[in-house]
Amino acid sequence: METRHVISVLVENKPGVLARIAGMFSGRAFNIHSLAVAPTLDTDYSRMTIVTHGSQQLIEQIIKQLRKLINVVKVQDLTSGDYVDREMILIRLKATAGKRAEVLRITDIFRGKVVDVTHDTITLEVSGAQGKIDAILELLAPVGIMDLIRSGTIAIPRGKKTLRAGGADQ
Amino acid sequence: MTNIERSKRRLASTGKKVTINGAQILLQSLKEEGVTTIFGYPGGMVIDVFDALVREFSHDFQFILVRHEQAAVHAADGYARATGKPGVCLVTSGPGGTNTVTGLATAYMDSIPVVVFTGQVPTPLIGNDAFQEADIVGITRPCTKHNYLVDRVEDLSRTIKEAFTIAGTGRPGPVLVDLPKDVLQAPGLFEYPRAALLPTYKPTVKPHPPSIKRAADLMAEAQKPVIYAGGGVITAGAHEELRVLAEMTGFPVTMTLMGLGCFPGTHPLSLGMLGMHGTYRANMAVSHSDLLFAIGARFDDRVTGKIEDFAPHAKIIHVDIDPASIQKNIAVDVPIVADARQALTKLIDTLKKRGHSAKERKKLKHWHATITAWRNEQRLRFDRTTEIIKPQYVVEKLYEITRGRAIITTEVGQNQMWAAQYYLFDKPRTFLSSGGLGTMGYGFPAAIGAQVAFPDKLVIDIAGDGSIQMNIQELATVAQYKLPVKIAILNNGYLGMVRQWQERFYDNVYAHTDIMAAPDFVKLAEAYGALGLRARTTAEVEPMIKQALDTPGPVIMDFIVEREEGVYPMVPAGVSMKEMILA
Repeated sequence: METRHVISVLVENKPGVLARIAGMFSGRAFNIHSLAVAPTLDTDYSRMTIVTHGSQQLIEQIIKQLRKLINVVKVQDLTSGDYVDREMILIRLKATAGKRAEVLRITDIFRGKVVDVTHDTITLEVSGAQGKIDAILELLAPVGIMDLIRSGTIAIPRGKKTLRAGGADQ
Repeated sequence: MTNIERSKRRLASTGKKVTINGAQILLQSLKEEGVTTIFGYPGGMVIDVFDALVREFSHDFQFILVRHEQAAVHAADGYARATGKPGVCLVTSGPGGTNTVTGLATAYMDSIPVVVFTGQVPTPLIGNDAFQEADIVGITRPCTKHNYLVDRVEDLSRTIKEAFTIAGTGRPGPVLVDLPKDVLQAPGLFEYPRAALLPTYKPTVKPHPPSIKRAADLMAEAQKPVIYAGGGVITAGAHEELRVLAEMTGFPVTMTLMGLGCFPGTHPLSLGMLGMHGTYRANMAVSHSDLLFAIGARFDDRVTGKIEDFAPHAKIIHVDIDPASIQKNIAVDVPIVADARQALTKLIDTLKKRGHSAKERKKLKHWHATITAWRNEQRLRFDRTTEIIKPQYVVEKLYEITRGRAIITTEVGQNQMWAAQYYLFDKPRTFLSSGGLGTMGYGFPAAIGAQVAFPDKLVIDIAGDGSIQMNIQELATVAQYKLPVKIAILNNGYLGMVRQWQERFYDNVYAHTDIMAAPDFVKLAEAYGALGLRARTTAEVEPMIKQALDTPGPVIMDFIVEREEGVYPMVPAGVSMKEMILA
């Protein structure tokens, strides 16, 4: 059965590491739905959050292949525990005077923010779990989406579970 | 006194580190690693290293100048397979580096420790499309275990230590280190680290005790067990332990192509090779087994055939040092991530403590009888009555005349399979062949590497007329260094393995596999100052082999063999291992 997995990968913050990870996925025909990467608090390391789909066996293989890479410090399948995931979107809509009120109402319900307005467009910032993002996109689609930028999912485990270099693996 | 000696002396007397340049640091580091042999080819970006090599390190290293960088990597790979020590290459930037790609991919697929040093354009020019610039780190990322671009001379010796550590430990593999010219010319302090600092790299070598216990339980219950052993046993130096385990339990042993020699081919418990061109008894035994003990092997598609039908009745124990090899192609019952030798030692101890012996062995009597019946039913065979030379006969005679004591390398295709079937290997590191990547042109340079490592041993490349032409330029290398490599060409005028598939599966349409337009190999040998010999009839084979082996220098033996001979048994791709085509 194919399921969505959120994999958190702690890597050394060195040149070429992203290429190693991306190359391993493409070379082994693994799918990447989204990938978000930035340095951690300790800037010697970066964190990647990778969202992928696959059977349990495939996900196990992805995790093992990630662990084989020399620059990879730690790999965690967050989906196996309790975690919080968020994605941010920036979205520009065709919003002439007549539609503006509706757009603002929807934005309010989803606790989004208006970040830019012109005479006939409005740009919003919304963040949330995937379900919420999907829902607002569905509601805004009839208004007319001109542009959509997604950050890709980032995620963190709940409670005291750590993702840092020294913490226990899984 | 050279700079190095001066720096060492000063280091000893004052404890201060002394400045040398990057090229010297590289060579001094290789010396610290115990490297004695380097294969390579010079060029503009590595000229400083070659200069230091000749001026200051000529007594420390034997340098073998090949005629193509691909051959340098294959030779280093052959050296590594024959000795167990990492092979080392030194080539220039751009095309020098790109020519190593096939060699790296070959070593990567077969888990062979090779360290390749490439020159690179000076750091300020990187990315500018400079002359002979290639992003070799980018190009070789997927075919190396790891690779580096060293952009500061301060990082050089540490990186070399890491490269050798990564190449030679865990599941070994090739590592490439890219060295910009300004780094090689920059002054730096030499200090070689005692150990690599690699906090993210910790291969698991010790087996998990409960898994060993579960494995021992299954082994005690087995009625129809088979040991399926691969190249990992050779890498781990576990051949003795494997023999002890097999003899103690009475379990028959089948080997992968990479595993040949990890268990004596002449041993009564040997089933020979399994897989697409494996023996009938090996494939039948695996297909009917109730326990498969896989060690240092990775369930390659050439071994398993249709995966759903592979060893369908067997519980599977899988020992491998690479966690990613386990549960990759097939679900196993007892996964054991460990070094093969450590796992076998623990398993032998456990079985001994339990008094595993006579009683369990008795249970296998019926299984051994079944296997003997399979062997008698379908032995490896060919027509022995023909005047035209059968290629199998050539390999068989090579085996008899060398008494199985040669180091055999092969090219890829029919020559490789006949060598695997008809030459029995009793010792590890005596059969060197490109198993994973299947690289035509591998065998001859690999033979050079093995011969350099063991100047007094007999090294024979069993080749086809197609494959040998892929690195034929290395005849100049064997001539230059007077390497007595023997090449046996099974010359059928075809790219024989593909032709065999065309005969079987493509209605005899031999699309571009006829290569009768070939050089005269005897004259070619002579052109390079080697001896060339030709046999056209079966009767000529034996005396010609003897003459070749009695010749001190390199020899090409050109055997004009039956054109359309096939390799059998054969399991077509993607079907069950039981469905062998026998002739």
